[in-house]
Amino acid sequence: MFFRRDETRPPFRKRSGPAADLPFSEEQAVGGGMFTRRALLLLAAQAGVMGTLAHHLYEMQVVHGDELKEQARRNRTSRRQIAPARGEIYDRCGVLLAGNRPNWRALVMAEETTDLQAVVDRFATIVPLDDRDRARIERDRKHIRRYVPLTLKEFLTWDDVARLGLNAPTLPGVLIDVGTTREYPFKELLAHIIGYVAPPNETDVQRDGIMALPGMKVGRAGLEQTQEVHLRGMPGTVEMEVNAYGRVMGELERVEGQPGARLELTLDTALQSRIRERIGDRVASAVVMDCRNGEVMGLVSTPSFDPTLFDGGISRTQWNALITDQGTPLVDKAVSGLYPPGSTFKPAVALAALKSHAITASERFSCPGYYDMGGVRFHCWSRYGHGAINLHQALKYSCDVYFYQVARRCGMEAIHEAAATLGLDGSLPIELPHMRAGSVPTPEMRRKHGHHWNGGDTVNAGIGQGLVQTTPLALATYASRLATGRLVQPHLLRSVSNQPVAQGFEPLPFANEFLAAARSGMFAVVNEPQGTAPAARLNLPGVQMAGKTGSAQVRNVPRALRESGHFNSMNLPWQYRPHALFICFAPYDNPRYAVSVVVEHGNAGATEAAPLAAQIMTDTLVRDPASRTSLSRGVVARADGLDE
Amino acid sequence: MSLKDFTVPRTARRLLRAEPNLRMFSRLWQINWFFVLLICCLAGVGYVALYSAGGGRAEAFAQPQLIRFCFGLLMMLGVALASPRVLRMLSVPIYGLSILLLALVLKMGHVGKGAERWINLGGFQFQPSEFSKIALVLMLSTWFYRIGRDRMGNPLRLIIPALLTLLPVVLVLKEPNLGTATIVGVIGASLFFAAGMRWWQIILLVSPLPFLGPFIYNHLHDYQKARIDTFLHPEHDPLGAGYNILQSRIALGAGGRWGQGYLHGTQGQLSFLPEKQTDFIFTMIGEEWGYVGGVAVIGLLFLIMLSSMLIALRCRNRFGRLVGLGIAMDFFLYCVVNLSMVMGVIPVGGVPLPLISYGGSAMLTMMFGFGLLLSSWVHRDDPD
Repeated sequence: MFFRRDETRPPFRKRSGPAADLPFSEEQAVGGGMFTRRALLLLAAQAGVMGTLAHHLYEMQVVHGDELKEQARRNRTSRRQIAPARGEIYDRCGVLLAGNRPNWRALVMAEETTDLQAVVDRFATIVPLDDRDRARIERDRKHIRRYVPLTLKEFLTWDDVARLGLNAPTLPGVLIDVGTTREYPFKELLAHIIGYVAPPNETDVQRDGIMALPGMKVGRAGLEQTQEVHLRGMPGTVEMEVNAYGRVMGELERVEGQPGARLELTLDTALQSRIRERIGDRVASAVVMDCRNGEVMGLVSTPSFDPTLFDGGISRTQWNALITDQGTPLVDKAVSGLYPPGSTFKPAVALAALKSHAITASERFSCPGYYDMGGVRFHCWSRYGHGAINLHQALKYSCDVYFYQVARRCGMEAIHEAAATLGLDGSLPIELPHMRAGSVPTPEMRRKHGHHWNGGDTVNAGIGQGLVQTTPLALATYASRLATGRLVQPHLLRSVSNQPVAQGFEPLPFANEFLAAARSGMFAVVNEPQGTAPAARLNLPGVQMAGKTGSAQVRNVPRALRESGHFNSMNLPWQYRPHALFICFAPYDNPRYAVSVVVEHGNAGATEAAPLAAQIMTDTLVRDPASRTSLSRGVVARADGLDE
Repeated sequence: MSLKDFTVPRTARRLLRAEPNLRMFSRLWQINWFFVLLICCLAGVGYVALYSAGGGRAEAFAQPQLIRFCFGLLMMLGVALASPRVLRMLSVPIYGLSILLLALVLKMGHVGKGAERWINLGGFQFQPSEFSKIALVLMLSTWFYRIGRDRMGNPLRLIIPALLTLLPVVLVLKEPNLGTATIVGVIGASLFFAAGMRWWQIILLVSPLPFLGPFIYNHLHDYQKARIDTFLHPEHDPLGAGYNILQSRIALGAGGRWGQGYLHGTQGQLSFLPEKQTDFIFTMIGEEWGYVGGVAVIGLLFLIMLSSMLIALRCRNRFGRLVGLGIAMDFFLYCVVNLSMVMGVIPVGGVPLPLISYGGSAMLTMMFGFGLLLSSWVHRDDPD
């Protein structure tokens, strides 16, 4: 079989393709006809199969394309929720009280490093890591999930970020990320009111799934806790493109969530810090209220604490320092400190007696300096007694014996009812989680809890001692209600997302003449000769203040010591001295503000609390231009003031 | 001894001696360059697809495959120049070698995806089952050439070629590689058919086949049964066995009419597609270029099949015709099995798309086969 040139074959260039050779006659090769038939049969089969496949491809890609495209989209996208920005809190003047600050942090992707420990060590040479950081990294490493970065260090400064950027090539897998941290510019000043946030715990996550989102914070105290619903906001969603291994390749779509509501408080931060200055290093609390609408403008409790400690994680030594401090910085004494109201309670007793017609304002009671009941001698604060005095005088001198008798005469039920009406007993609608209710119990209530009631308990309640307990906030509310004759409710929220928090108050169930009698007694305390609190007189032209002092014993004075005539509570150790209290409202003729001050172990309300309250009232009046204009207009009917 | 003795290999010298009157250049002139161009187009499609499969990088798959193709092209042209006589001479050793390699791969092959398919040949991995198809085409063509058309009617004459076909089929089945075994069997059968097997013989052989189905199913390996089950109900295990079929379907559908754009197929680029550079390369093309691109590739593949069949038809000698038809069928079956597989028409089996899928053995054996095809074109006018 040799290869031969076939001269009869057409020239090559005419054969542009194999098809050009067809057809050829059967005689060209033996059996060619059969082969041609069968080969063409196979070719036809091939064409048929390929055509079928092309048709099938058409079915898949064009006919069912859209539904499969949707499946592919679902394949590659992963929808994630993103934490909304927490609502900001402002004071009544628009000063930021709680905001969100960007938090630059260094993270490391464990998958992108070969030796995580080496990277951490090298990182520590650039940005120092303390023992707590190292312990946390060690702990997090144990249960880290794939493609979830590990936090190396939070709260980086710009210097840190710059240095890390410079050293990036030597830190494989390290990335800088920005989150937010809660910022409290006034730290200690508002810690009790604003509260603080902390990372959510298991229970929070179970209650609401969005709490599992990274960056979510939950309010743990103060307004942050009670206004959680408003502050939290609605989460946004972000659609990420992921690959088959779940790794994020990019962002496709972002729907911003609804940030938390903007809260505006009734507080005046400048006033608040002024009050704080006035109190100095005393352990005290002071409440300033707009007595017409219940807006709490100042709410101070000293000492305080730094709320940012909790968001970033608090150390053991810091925590121990906070809980062992004698001044109890973690307790908001203005709202949850329970004190015997002492003599500040006397106007309430007077109103109870007047309302129940047990006494009249002009009825005189005799005070020899003591009151004997059932073999027990109850002393007046004045050893020499006040003689025969009426209600006005009793309030002015703060005579104890007068109120012992009045209390016995009108009975505990009437006192309880009046105290409850005036806000001293029971809860107040303040937006703080740690609010504690004052208590002015009746014998019935005591017995229900299995306690015995002595006649002496009623006598002691007459001067706000014994079983009577209340808070500075309740005292301020009480002063506001006395001043306006309305059921003023204290509140801290002025508006939520710029929607005003509406308030309207009912008149108190006391006759105006009774209220006027109590007010005039309180006016005398400050402004008349021999009043107990001349130190509280305001040094403002044309503005007069009414008030009531209180000195609440925290410990019984032994009879022998008192009778020796040498007793002076100033000589007691600090923690046994009486609390000093003062409540007041001003201007007397058109009440605008009410203030309550409690100085723990301040010894005497007249010397310690009254001047402080007067200073605070002066600050409040001077700060508010509205009050000056209302003064210049002269006397305005009290009811009008409410409608402003 | 002349200088030529050292520079030109002995085989080549023998080839040259066989046709002293034809110079190398004039024989190169005889090669069907249109067909070579089609092959190059197909390899070009492969390069483009592999560039995308490598995530937009040539180094990953496209570059090595191009080098293989260039090597294969030279081999193809070399084989194209070989005379049918030499090829017939070599058919027995080549067949013997392929059987030896198949036996060897069963003994000491490398396990890849549950089947012994790979053999390590001094540094590179080789799939003997690919090579056995070409060897079988050559062997059967030689055999049928020797017995001639007239003696095809004698059933006794067909026993030996039948055994020659069954031997590689059984060995490949043992690997176990059901897909390739089927291809080898069908190639053999089509050669029997084209060589002139009588219709009554064909009917006699084919009629019992439907009854063998359950029998074959019972003798399948568990993974093969699982594949069939998966194929019938891919949604039962979408993340496990059914994953390939489902993801491939999704990717093709996502391509739609016009495709998602080159390098922008999300299924492929985001690694949802398994084996995207090898068996499932067509899915990737379909996803990125859409139905238009997919049909273009199918059209190109069919053009090559058509050209191959026409080469076989144009050939005036029995050996050339049978070799041409065998290679054409080999190429056709490769394409059909692969395309049906990625479209979910038949169960998944490791069959690549010729010249497009990444892989050396399939590419080189296919190029060797095209070399044989071109050889029968070059010698198309040789008499029997």
